[in-house]
This record gives sequence, structure tokens and C-alpha cells, in this order.
Amino acid sequence: MCSITYDVLILGSGPAGLSAALQCSARGKTALVIGNPPQTSLLAKAKLVDNYLGLPNISGSAMIDAFYTHASKAGGVSFVEGRALNAMSMGGGFYVSVGSDVYQGRAVILASGVARARPYPGEQELLGKGVSYCATCDGMLYRGRDVAVIGLAQDAHEEAAMLAKIGCKVTFIAPRRPDGLDDAIPFIKAAKLSIIGTEKVEGVLADDQAIPCDGVFLLRDTVAPSALFPGLATESGYIQVDRTMATNLPGVFAAGDCTGLPLQVSKAVGEGQTAAHFATQWLDAQNKQIHN
Amino acid sequence: MAVLHANEEAFTKILESGEPMLVDFFATWCGPCKMLAPVIEELAADYEGKLHVLKVDTDENQSLAVNYGIMNIPTVLFFQGGNEVDRIVGLLPKESFVQMIDSHL
Repeated sequence: MCSITYDVLILGSGPAGLSAALQCSARGKTALVIGNPPQTSLLAKAKLVDNYLGLPNISGSAMIDAFYTHASKAGGVSFVEGRALNAMSMGGGFYVSVGSDVYQGRAVILASGVARARPYPGEQELLGKGVSYCATCDGMLYRGRDVAVIGLAQDAHEEAAMLAKIGCKVTFIAPRRPDGLDDAIPFIKAAKLSIIGTEKVEGVLADDQAIPCDGVFLLRDTVAPSALFPGLATESGYIQVDRTMATNLPGVFAAGDCTGLPLQVSKAVGEGQTAAHFATQWLDAQNKQIHN
Repeated sequence: MAVLHANEEAFTKILESGEPMLVDFFATWCGPCKMLAPVIEELAADYEGKLHVLKVDTDENQSLAVNYGIMNIPTVLFFQGGNEVDRIVGLLPKESFVQMIDSHL
């Protein structure tokens, strides 16, 4: 399945995730950061950050660049670009899938930011009945058929092109046309969406326009952590953590915006460090148990 | 009993026997399918002699995937008496599969 087991899998490449990676390295642990390119993060879009101690008047873009450069030079830290789609705990470790690849770690730090999207009407009811979050996984099952791509992720247009290439008849639906969308793929601009069908997907209602299709690929930037880890305790949409940034699931820690307010860089950086500190401590305790 | 990588012919043969069988519809390019693979292997070992455990590659057996309305992978179907009686869509922990199997055996 996969040969390397990392000490810590870090889901998210924003300030919290990068800070956690640095701390894992400082404590002699290997870490894999799974996330979107840092320049696509929310922070990169901030024109000016003026409340990070010691670094006044810095642009979000320069800040995330500096964070990324620092973390990527740290020993034992690796990066993989993409979205974590599924996670699973098994045999004292964790497996996380990113597209067609699977990564293995002994502890997990969730640093995936805030999932801003609420589910669309029909999404949860029709999940597995034509609604899919993984074009790579399920695309082949829809060859020769009409599919809609609801493209909210940065790379959604690439996945739409992949679906078209393997023979799906793709319609791309999004609030705005993404740069790079293939001209041959019909684009529908819509913000208010629902997925229609009873037993299976019959179409998408896009701003009152019905688009018939057999499959809907919903491509968001992040999958909600509670969907990744069934049983993860949340409150008002934020992951519940204790003082050590531990969640209710053993070996799973969380840091940054996904744990709640304030949604600020310095808080994320501090939490990332704390989460990694206690995740590595937790790993050491597990090792001791094994050896005793 | 090891997991049987089945083509349509092998699948049909066991189906027609009417004996209980668990079928994992998967594809080689699918990450969640890879994560489910060790679970399916464990189930095959745990239920040895009580249950046929099959894996069907949806790419090589498209007509089977279409006939059984496979819309996401992995999808795991449970058959008894030659009929589909239950299914689980997507990656779930082993306990969910154990629960499904035990409710029918």
C-alpha cells in the first residue's frame, strides 16, 4: 500500500500546519504535510497583516512564503500537494488518502482551516448515489454519461478536464469561471445550488436552472474534519480540543482556525507548535508502552 | 479463505451457488480502495468457511459494475441466496462491515 510510515501526518499547509511541522522536526520526528499550495491559502490573500508580533506591515503572501521556506528546510519534513479525502485508523496508525495515493502515519494533526461550505440540499442524501467527492476514484464509473462538476476547489478545472478526457460529458458549475477551464467544457455560472433526485442523482438545480446528469462531483478545497474522522467531537463547527490540542480521538490533534476563534495567524502558529509538542510526546509514550 | 480476485465468470459461479458472499468493487487508481483492502483481507480471514470474499476490479469488469449500479468506489455488496441483500458505499471502519455481515449470517 505505502512503504513509508511518518511519525505525524499534518493535514493543512497554513500557519498552523507549517508551525506543527517545524516543531515535529525540532523534536526529531518525521512529518508529512498534506495540503494545497501555500500560495492558495487564505493568508496569502491578505494584503496586510499588522498584528503578528515583531513582523508589522507584512503582506499575507510574504508571510506564508517565509513560513513555508522555514518549514520546508526543517529536517524530516516532507510535503505533498492535494486534498485529504479519507482517513482511517487501523492497527495503531492512521491512513490518509489523497487522490489515488495513501499515506501512513502514527499520529495526526488536523490543521485544515475553516471549512466554509455548508452541504448543499440533497448532497448528504445522495452521497454514494451519484454524489462523489473524488473524481479520480469514481470518474471511470461515469464514462459516456452526463456529469456535473461543482468546482469550488482551486484545481477543480483540472479534475474536470481529467473527467472529460476519460469520456465523461462534463458541465462545470461554479460561482465564477476558473482560469484555465477548458473551453470545450460547458460552464454554468451559479451560486445557489441543490442536487436533485430521490433514489439516485437526476440533476443539479443551478439558480433555478435544471441540469440533468447522472453524477455530481463536488470538489471543495477541504473536506470537513468531522467527515474525515467519524466520531470527532466538534462544537459549532469547530474541533473540540484540550490544553494539549488533543481531540477526543487518541492520536489525533488539531490546531489553527479549525479549533475556533480567534482566526488569527499568531494563534494558529502557537497552536500548531503545541499540537506537535504533545503529539510527539504522545508518540513517545506509545513507544514506551510497546517496549515495556 | 483468501480474498478471490474475481472476473464475471467467477463472480457468477459463486452467486449462483446461493452461498453468502461479500464483494468489494474497487479500482486500482482509487486511494480509499487501497485503504479498504487490508480490511477486506481481515474479513476474509475472520469469516473463513462462512463467507466467500471477492474483489471485483470495476475497470476490468465494467458490466458487473453497471449491473449492480456501482456509482462510487469502494462499494461493498453482500449477497445471500443469489441476491444482493445489503451494501456499504465508501470507506468505513471494519466494525461497520462486521455489523453488516453478522446481521445476515
